[in-house]
Amino acid sequence: MYKRRTPIKNHIQEIRLVSQRSITALIVMVVLVLLLICRLAYLQLSKHTLYTTLSQKNSLDLIPIEPTRGLIYDRNGVLLAENIPVFSLDVTPYKVVNIPKALAEIAKIIPLTDTDIAQFQKQLKQHRHFDEIPLKMRLTEIEVAKFSENAYHFPGFVIKARLIRHYPFDANLSHVLGYVGRINVEDLDDIDTTNYSATNYIGKLGVEKFYEDELHGTVGYEQVENDASGEPVRVLNQIKPTPGKNLYLTIDSKLQLAAEKALDGQRGAIVVIQPSTGQVLAMVSQPSYDPNLFVAGISSQDFQALQNSPDRPLYNRTLRGLYPLASTVKPFIALEGLETGIATPDYTVFDPGWYQLKTSEHVFHDWQHHGHGTVNLTRAIISSCDTYFYDLASKLGIARIDSILTQFGFGEATGIDLEDELQGVVASPAWKKHAKGIPWYQGDTLISAIGQGYMQATPLQLAHGVATLANRGQRLTPFLLLGDQVPGSSFHKTVPTPLNKVELTDSNDWKIVINAMRGVIESPEGTGHRFGHPPYSVAAKTGTAQVYSFSKRHYEIDENNTGEKNLPEKLRDHSLIIAFAPVENPQIAIAVIVENSKLASSVARQVLDYYLLPEAPNNAMNAEILSKTIAPVKIAIAKIVDKYTEKKHVLG
Amino acid sequence: MFSVNTIKYRLKRREVGTQYRTIWQCIHIDLPLLLSILLLMGLGLFILYSASNRDMFVVEQQVMHIGLALLVMFFFAQIPPTTYQRWAPWIYLAGVSLLLAVLIMGHIGKGAQRWLNLGVIRLQPSEVMKLAIPMILAWHYHKIHLPLTAKSIILSAFIIFVPAILTAKQPDLGTAILLVVAGGTTVLLAGLSWWIISALAGMTALTAPLIWYVMHDYQRQRVLTFLNPERDPLGAGYHIIQSKIAIGSGGLFGKGWLNGTQSHLHFLPEHSTDFIFAACGEEFGFIGSLILIAVLMTVVIRGLYITINAQDTFSRLLAGSLTLTFFVSFFVNMGMVTGILPVVGIPLPLISYGGSSMVTLMASFGILMSIQTHRKLLTT
Repeated sequence: MYKRRTPIKNHIQEIRLVSQRSITALIVMVVLVLLLICRLAYLQLSKHTLYTTLSQKNSLDLIPIEPTRGLIYDRNGVLLAENIPVFSLDVTPYKVVNIPKALAEIAKIIPLTDTDIAQFQKQLKQHRHFDEIPLKMRLTEIEVAKFSENAYHFPGFVIKARLIRHYPFDANLSHVLGYVGRINVEDLDDIDTTNYSATNYIGKLGVEKFYEDELHGTVGYEQVENDASGEPVRVLNQIKPTPGKNLYLTIDSKLQLAAEKALDGQRGAIVVIQPSTGQVLAMVSQPSYDPNLFVAGISSQDFQALQNSPDRPLYNRTLRGLYPLASTVKPFIALEGLETGIATPDYTVFDPGWYQLKTSEHVFHDWQHHGHGTVNLTRAIISSCDTYFYDLASKLGIARIDSILTQFGFGEATGIDLEDELQGVVASPAWKKHAKGIPWYQGDTLISAIGQGYMQATPLQLAHGVATLANRGQRLTPFLLLGDQVPGSSFHKTVPTPLNKVELTDSNDWKIVINAMRGVIESPEGTGHRFGHPPYSVAAKTGTAQVYSFSKRHYEIDENNTGEKNLPEKLRDHSLIIAFAPVENPQIAIAVIVENSKLASSVARQVLDYYLLPEAPNNAMNAEILSKTIAPVKIAIAKIVDKYTEKKHVLG
Repeated sequence: MFSVNTIKYRLKRREVGTQYRTIWQCIHIDLPLLLSILLLMGLGLFILYSASNRDMFVVEQQVMHIGLALLVMFFFAQIPPTTYQRWAPWIYLAGVSLLLAVLIMGHIGKGAQRWLNLGVIRLQPSEVMKLAIPMILAWHYHKIHLPLTAKSIILSAFIIFVPAILTAKQPDLGTAILLVVAGGTTVLLAGLSWWIISALAGMTALTAPLIWYVMHDYQRQRVLTFLNPERDPLGAGYHIIQSKIAIGSGGLFGKGWLNGTQSHLHFLPEHSTDFIFAACGEEFGFIGSLILIAVLMTVVIRGLYITINAQDTFSRLLAGSLTLTFFVSFFVNMGMVTGILPVVGIPLPLISYGGSSMVTLMASFGILMSIQTHRKLLTT
């Protein structure tokens, strides 16, 4: 049957239907809302810690702040190493639309080398796009001005002022101060990477390296909040960096310059020590190099030039130069002779110009062909009589010789506050067996007593030895750090470190040897005639280290030999001198070695004069040195003032 | 709009009348609904001030949106439901025509186009459809007899999917989904058989690959990213990861107003618009989120109350559909922000920054109020 739908709407049914569906919808909605609340509870309550960490990782960053490196002064407060502001051109990559194009544009204003660009491209890969990457360091004032004029053409490029290490004395003190350079992979093993997280430079050599910990200071931190693009928006917290300590060296920069000037461009080394304290007043190794080259990053070309120079400017002769002691060893041997009672002041030896051992046919020549005649100990030192010391050596034996040399600190590092010091050699039968593989001969003992053969010492050891002589046996470790100072705090002075004293049974023996050394200068027979006659008392001993020996003059030492004139310079003998002055109250002890030259004595004279006679007779030199110590400071100040005013001008 | 005299007159009528009419009913405002809406808007401004990084310009703009939306609501509340019923087919046809117009203009302009510039205001036809679809469906179901016949169901499907597809083509997936929701809820309330509902669900599952095929690439990305946000932590997954971090780092009580780092430091994308709930969760924590949900649910419950008390099928279906659409839009928004639903561009109603969706929403609340306050009270 066909059932027609009723035309009258069933209102009650419709109301019920919609209401039912509404209630169902309400139930579904409540269930959904509960589900949502569960999700919120999961995120906000049970996973809260995780998401808090993630949120902080998102936004918080610790930015390390580099501490200012400590300054280095000499004993009189002359600045030896400073931090000067330099201007660099930095690029923030994400602000630059087309980097290669921008680089090409900027090169029209500021010349860029291929190295600059290569370096920049390398850094570009290693940094985040919002980091500032240096494109060119050490802009000249003109370049800064040119850029500032056109800065609006170059979004993303900025001029940045940085502090960079600078050594106002250039090459004069490089072997003492060393230099800082960029931290490299090898350095990373030795340093606390956290403390160096903001630091780019580290001491590579010299005082800069030895006192790295003192000079560096402690890194500071800035806790910053970053936005999503990684740019810091505000500083939440700051721990200021602790600047490095300022160091005061024992070096007297004027004396250092005077010593360099005295050396007059010859290869050689000078070490000056204050005997009463062990403080090193001057330390010259010539030739030298400009440490500022290394700070900026030396070009391989410049480095090759330094590395391959026959004069070896990078080689620190004072610490690492090993020279035969030559006749400068004689005072020490003489002391042992006196101590053992073998060489009493009355004991004499006849010197016919040669010496021969009973057991051997070999003839040991004196430097003076015709000999010195009858010599006692004093004359033997004054005239540097080899035969006397051959005789003494044969009686003492090598063990006694080594004993006295070791007591004076030869054959071991002096312990100066610099790295890479060489120990030198105090030769013994055991040493020779080990090092050369051949037995010790009696002849080795004889030539050891005149400082030839295997004996080797550094100029620093020689200076230390003569300072000990000046102190009558009191040994003090030579050192360079006069004291340090935390900026704004009090000065902390280094206390000298005493070493084992050289003890003699009869302290009069010191007097005998020292008087003989005085005779080296004062006696007409003395070998120190090149020294001249100063107005103060000097005790000294000269020496000549053989570089090349003629077959005829085997083991022969010649203080006044004229036969060398035809020799090439590099084969000529080195001249040495050790000295201290004044004799009664020693203020200065010096060791000088001049390579392939006879001039050690006159060099030493100039240095001693400069130190002991401040007014005369080298007024000219004095003034020149004074200008050099003051001028760099003046120039540096002028530079800073210039830059400041120029910047102001540009801004204005 | 109302002179003092009119109000006095109405008050007088209230005194003499047999029924109790409040002053609010006289001006066709439903007070509980209005208060919950104003509370939401106030909270919204509060959250927006912080989420926009104290941008007073954004807040002032939003205040203007709110002002305009309140006026629209008031206006829509004054129109009696019978008028909506009469105009429903015409509104729907006009809306579809506008959608077509937008699509054609967008085609000419070669790009996404959602707006029709009418000089003074910019009209978004898809917003009109949010109201027009439930209206025409309610109108249709009012005319026929419930429950639904197969013919009506097919007709309804056309009514819903034609504008929805046009909107999805714009492309505006979020609004398209809301259009389907608006239509769908009307059909459901009209008593669509549970069998058909199940069958539709099954069909949807089967046609999923087809949907995948017609989707835009960026929409596919969103789906993939929803399934696994970590597959692209810096690209498409970034939104949802940062949003979860923002909410999760809020904890129980939140980081405090103006202290949200995720939103203030721009880690959280769209922190003033679609992802504002994450900013809220970060600064006000679990408690703050619960309060916001509670107020939103108050609006929903009031809407359902109006639905049940409505006097005819048209009003009931329209009111119910508008209420459920409101629920779905805030649920989908919160679901996507918390990572339980895929990222579709649906703002958090009444809270997110933006004018057009708020105006449409307030118009729908105006219609709800109209339905509630134009009831012919039966005399006893």
